[in-house]
Amino acid sequence: MELLNVQHLRTHFRSAEGAVRAVEDVSFRLETGKTLAIVGESGSGKSVTSLSIMGLLDKKTARNSGSITFGGRNLLTLSEREMRKIRGNEIGMVFQEPMTSLNPVLSVGRQIGETLRLHQGLSRQAARTRAIDLLRLVDIPAPERRIDEYPHQLSGGMRQRVMIAIALACEPKLLIADEPTTALDVTVQAQVLDLMRDLQKRTGTAIILITHDLGVVADIADRVIVMYAGRTVEEAATADLYARPMHPYTKGLLATIPRLGSSLLPGEPARLEEIPGQVPSLRKPIHGCAFAGRCKFSVDLCRSKAPVLERKSEGHSVACHLADNGVSA
Amino acid sequence: MLNFVVRRLVSTIPVMVFVALFVFSLIYFAPGDPAALIAGDQASAAEIERIRLSLGLDRPFFLRFFGWLGDVLQGDLGVSVFSQLPVTTLIGQRLEPTLSLMVMTVVLSVTIAVPLGVVAAARQGTWIDRFVMTFAVIGFSVPVFVIGYILSYVFAIRLNLLPVQGYSPLAEGFWPFLKSLLLPSVALSGVYVALIARITRTSMIEVLSQDYIRTARAKGLGQGPILFVHALKNASVPIITVIGIGISLLIGGAVVTETVFAIPGIGRLVVDAILRRDYPVIQGVVLLFSLGYVLINLCIDLIYTLLDPRVRY
Amino acid sequence: MDTPTQALPPLPDLFPPQPRRGKVRRLIVQHPSIVIGGSLLVLIILLAIFANWLGTVDPYKIAPAKRNRLPSMDFWFGTDTLGRDIYSRVLYGGRVSLFVGVSVAFLATVLGLVTGLIAGAYRRLDAIIMRLMDGLMSIPPILLAIALVAAIGGSVLNVILAITMAEFPRMSRIVRGVVLSVREQPFIDGAIAAGSTMPKIIIRHILPNIMGPIIVQATYICSAAMITEAALSFIGAGTPPSIPSWGGIMNEGRMLWQIKPYIILFPAVFLSVTVLAVNLLGDGLRDALDPRSATRL
Repeated sequence: MELLNVQHLRTHFRSAEGAVRAVEDVSFRLETGKTLAIVGESGSGKSVTSLSIMGLLDKKTARNSGSITFGGRNLLTLSEREMRKIRGNEIGMVFQEPMTSLNPVLSVGRQIGETLRLHQGLSRQAARTRAIDLLRLVDIPAPERRIDEYPHQLSGGMRQRVMIAIALACEPKLLIADEPTTALDVTVQAQVLDLMRDLQKRTGTAIILITHDLGVVADIADRVIVMYAGRTVEEAATADLYARPMHPYTKGLLATIPRLGSSLLPGEPARLEEIPGQVPSLRKPIHGCAFAGRCKFSVDLCRSKAPVLERKSEGHSVACHLADNGVSA
Repeated sequence: MLNFVVRRLVSTIPVMVFVALFVFSLIYFAPGDPAALIAGDQASAAEIERIRLSLGLDRPFFLRFFGWLGDVLQGDLGVSVFSQLPVTTLIGQRLEPTLSLMVMTVVLSVTIAVPLGVVAAARQGTWIDRFVMTFAVIGFSVPVFVIGYILSYVFAIRLNLLPVQGYSPLAEGFWPFLKSLLLPSVALSGVYVALIARITRTSMIEVLSQDYIRTARAKGLGQGPILFVHALKNASVPIITVIGIGISLLIGGAVVTETVFAIPGIGRLVVDAILRRDYPVIQGVVLLFSLGYVLINLCIDLIYTLLDPRVRY
Repeated sequence: MDTPTQALPPLPDLFPPQPRRGKVRRLIVQHPSIVIGGSLLVLIILLAIFANWLGTVDPYKIAPAKRNRLPSMDFWFGTDTLGRDIYSRVLYGGRVSLFVGVSVAFLATVLGLVTGLIAGAYRRLDAIIMRLMDGLMSIPPILLAIALVAAIGGSVLNVILAITMAEFPRMSRIVRGVVLSVREQPFIDGAIAAGSTMPKIIIRHILPNIMGPIIVQATYICSAAMITEAALSFIGAGTPPSIPSWGGIMNEGRMLWQIKPYIILFPAVFLSVTVLAVNLLGDGLRDALDPRSATRL
């Protein structure tokens, strides 16, 4: 069943030097209980996309066009009041920085219980009981004690678990996780991803996972969207993308993932292939392919005409002029 | 915690000793014979001699200072040259009006200024924000005695709603008491409201850009709980700090306000003492106000622990 | 789930670019308070300087026959209980307020700069100087000035000195703060290693960083000094009553104010507008020069 359908989403920000075109035409669909990963470097527009879905962009400085259909309604046209009923209730969100995303002066229990009291009308006592259950659900030891603690008393991993508990408190249909593991230690990263996958199995929530790291995507996502400079450059089922990446940028990203055993021999430095060059400025309109400046295969056509996202095989689309010409080989 | 209180109390000692030294040596700043200065122009030589002896001016400076400090620590602030009454008695008689005026002003200012600052921050750049900021700069600029006269003219003389001047003690009924203090405390609030509203706005703007505010919005919370629960509590430490520091402005303002509204408080006492060169009274009042100011700011340090669980002493 | 996108239509900007403005208009639009405050202040300074040529009469001249006149064509602001022309007294009175304000701002800046630089540059003196400043700052400014004027007597110079004592600790703290933060910068260590001396470092690295906060704070001290001077004169503990000053005129009008509020009104308006002008200027300068570090108090 289709839960979310984003069509031709564009987002521009007002700045002193004119518009910043953070997202230029992104479309995707997500079904109930599935996981979609949106992958890209910083500045690719992946976080802006998630904030657009939540309606959390500052209306004074940001403008959207296109449509975001969730549960039959276009979220872009809803009033702030209507959006408030959806946020935290039907869509939960986990942010990148667990160290700063929790309110330092409110207890953990208060911050979890707040959502429950707001959307489910629970009493203070009932919200507390449920909050303890939620802390247990996200594997926090001694939840009865932790619930009265403040964020500074918790480790980074624990804080991110608390964030997940807050996001899942009202059993949302969709969980948006924006770089949920980036700020955490590697071992904790794996635990948090396991937790999310485990919770998805139990609650049936759909997940949008925003990340710059294709490595974390493999185990959890059903489909992957690769974004570059505010555009979708490739979309495919996860396994298909790993096996047959078509866009040069996707290939570049895959090459930066450290593979076990490939580079950890003694005396041999870990060699990750970096993609040379920088993301183009979003302040000026981009003519041609946005990646052309960094692409080692680029030809004249790439600089003059923007490639269109085209379906190359079942469930696999790519926006590259050269995708048919054996570049993918 | 107790450890901190003690340490903090100890740290105020050098400051208070400095204040005491300053206050004590006031009369030596003036050119000429302090005894003659205190006695006034019409005093006879015998009278000057009597004052010289009563102040112990024949002894060395530091000996006198420590003698005086010892008396002060035992609660003896000396005797008024003018009325011959102990300074502590004089201050005691005048304490109620001044204290009432200041407490009422603080309560009034905080209730007005904090919401103003919060709204200005939430609507940064809009006409509400500009209105609050304009109001604040006017509050900083119009002296308390000017506000006092304007208020008194409009509400007391023209509209006849409130007493023009004077003070009605609490013991004579709450309403007359409140009515007599309403205009003075509103006048005195001017600067204080401006000060608090401004720091509230600044602090709130800083807090509203934090990640946890975005989290609160992502929960679906409305503007009210976000501003007044999530943001204000985080913004409160600088606000409380300025409320404490601002007490210093308030004390100065109270002296002037009491003159405008003919309130028989400590401010009037010190103004009259200046006109009569009644040094022991001036010394006592300055010392007392400074001590009050230092102690209030010490209490504010302790309040931080209630507002921010990260603060530990 | 895949959605092949159609050919992209030419995408319009969601935010069309804004037209650019001229230099003067930009100043007015970006820092209106500098322009408004500055022009008001210039106007008031001109009024005070050219008081002699602005239709004034001798502000000291007592005229028992013309006592307590209401404002009229002859006496624009009326006359006081001694028959003196209030318009003339208010214009001349501006000289005292402005002189006190500017002098205190200047003296407090010099004193604050010297003590702040010493405290910031020399660790050993820092603790002592800052305890002294704490002590001075724990006495409410008006009270400190009152006490000092009571001791040394109420001449214009003494009032300036007394208010300077009350105001300069703020400046000292700000200067010290900037010095300490500049000291943290790695290039200072480099300069010391290269054989630079403290005075050289102060001139080359610290003073340029300090100018913004100092100018802003000096305007705030100027406005606070004008209010304190007026308050002192108003309660009768300030400049001698023989020299007209805004606070002094209000003090004289105090007894009669319920019947003759205009005696108080005119100096009050002039005082408030002048202080407002200085404060607007200060706020504008703060936004322009030093948006972060300078705060009031």
